Amino acid sequence: MLNDLFQSIKIEDLIEATKETFYMTITALIGTFILGIILGLLLFLTSKDGIWKNKSFHFVVSAVVNVFRAIPFIILIFLLFPFTNFLIGTIRGPEAALPALIIGSAPFYGRLVEIALREVDRGVVEAAKAMGAKTRTIIFKVLLPESMPALISGITVTAIALIGYTAMAGAIGAGGLGSYAYYSGFMRRDFDIVFLCTVLIVIIVFIFQFIGDIIATKLDKR
Amino acid sequence: MISIEGLSKVFTSNKSSVTAVENLDLNINDGDIFGVIGYSGAGKSTFVRLLNRLEEPTGGSIKINNEDITAMTARQLRIARQDIGMIFQHFNLLWSRTVEDNIAFPLEIAGVAKMDKQKRVQELIDLVGLSGKEKAYPSQLSGGQKQRVGIARALANNPKVLLCDEATSALDPETTNSILDLLVDINKQFGLTIILITHEMHVIRKICNHVAVMESGKVVEQGEVMDVFLHPRQHVTKKFVEQVMGNGEEDENIHGLTEVYTEGEIIRLHFIGETTNQALISQLAKNYEVEINILQGKITQTQAGAYGTLIVQIAGNELDEAVRFIKEKSSVEMEVIQDAK
Ligand SMILES: Nc1ncnc2c1ncn2[C@@H]1O[C@H](COP(=O)(O)OP(=O)(O)OP(=O)(O)O)[C@@H](O)[C@H]1O
Ligand SMILES: [Mg+2]
Repeated sequence: MLNDLFQSIKIEDLIEATKETFYMTITALIGTFILGIILGLLLFLTSKDGIWKNKSFHFVVSAVVNVFRAIPFIILIFLLFPFTNFLIGTIRGPEAALPALIIGSAPFYGRLVEIALREVDRGVVEAAKAMGAKTRTIIFKVLLPESMPALISGITVTAIALIGYTAMAGAIGAGGLGSYAYYSGFMRRDFDIVFLCTVLIVIIVFIFQFIGDIIATKLDKR
Repeated sequence: MISIEGLSKVFTSNKSSVTAVENLDLNINDGDIFGVIGYSGAGKSTFVRLLNRLEEPTGGSIKINNEDITAMTARQLRIARQDIGMIFQHFNLLWSRTVEDNIAFPLEIAGVAKMDKQKRVQELIDLVGLSGKEKAYPSQLSGGQKQRVGIARALANNPKVLLCDEATSALDPETTNSILDLLVDINKQFGLTIILITHEMHVIRKICNHVAVMESGKVVEQGEVMDVFLHPRQHVTKKFVEQVMGNGEEDENIHGLTEVYTEGEIIRLHFIGETTNQALISQLAKNYEVEINILQGKITQTQAGAYGTLIVQIAGNELDEAVRFIKEKSSVEMEVIQDAK
């Protein structure tokens, strides 16, 4: 009966699509984490009472972040076509989705990083300064470790948005479960496939949420 | 020796400017425990933060052992700061690190090798009495224990100077005393100069040798703690001395006493930084045939010894001899309030 219901599904295709979704999500997540932390640090350090206080620089970074956050993801993909083509050499497939995925989610994560850094006790930064710490030491040994639980919860939230983005990108040819659901499912009026892809994506979201929560709790010694 | 000349700090915002420290001159000897007291907003925190340039001075100079802190480049200042420990009211520990890793932090900054670092951390943990808590996180410690970690951390690189901004203000009286004892201990052991900011006179009384009283950005009175206790000149200083000694109201009752206790002599004893004659009363009772009745008094302990007054009634056959002993053989000052004879 089960075979009957899902007869049109090729298990190899499904596995391949799931792998692609994982690949896109994890690779983009790593890129987002790095770029987002850089953006968040820049926003935080150049702000009014930051170590590299710089009004105009802060304004520019802040404006860029806000503009990119304002662009709907599907439009961002179109906008980035020339850039992606130049960078990856194609606009199709999982690799081609990465620039848009990272550029689409890093500004969002950057804001979350900025908020997390603001929550770090200023007294602790001050204590590090009083000990003669360099700015690099303050960043890597105080700001980032002290905000790590918030950085992890932030990246979890971002990961879930990112899974959504991969599905959207999939619908215009990036591969993954989004592609599979759209081309093999929706276009062929085969709703079993759409349904199965949905279930798989929900499971993937749950996995990311679960892992993120565990890590954040484990790191939080407050 | 720390010499501060014409030190000033003006905070300027868009509209207004606040002078937090104004043209301040001060000399602090090596190995001293120097207290700075003042009411909220007097500029104490600003002053202490100027010393390691957490706040940039707007004028004046600070020399620590002839090194001009104010003239240093950012790089020189970072090195100099490794020689100036600092502890804070709210401890400012890294919650993400264990006790031992918090203490190791300044050693990491100074680039101490791993083996030496471990050894030093263990030494410091033993010094501040936190053995067994090495792997605990700050959130698992009491306030007093957190401040001990703060002290160990501040001492890690063997600084010459320790700055304390309200280091005991977040602690209960009992814990405050144990932390103050630890500070005295460290001062004696390592000859470390301690500059201690507080708004509580009993902290000054308990551990400081010198004190400066601050009011609206200026030092209005300074000197040896005992002198300032004995002869407070400014109104603020008198207020602070009263925190510890009461305000002399009890003197009004003396007339009442003289009416009730009519036998022998009623004598007021002044203990002024007494270390040798603290046991005066028992000495008198043992060596002379007198009865001593303590009527009233307030004695407090300072770094220079006992300080305060005691009103006693002395009666008995050897009254005159006992009184002569106080006058001639002891360093306790004496004043006869009433002679019944
Ligand atoms: N960053 C700042 N910007 C503007 N004004 C400041 C700043 N820091 C301190 N001040 C002002 O300087 C004055 C002295 O403040 P400071 O914190 O040194 O006082 P304090 O004696 O330490 O008081 P408390 O006992 O409450 O800690 C106050 O009027 C305060 O408002
Ligand atoms: Mg203060």
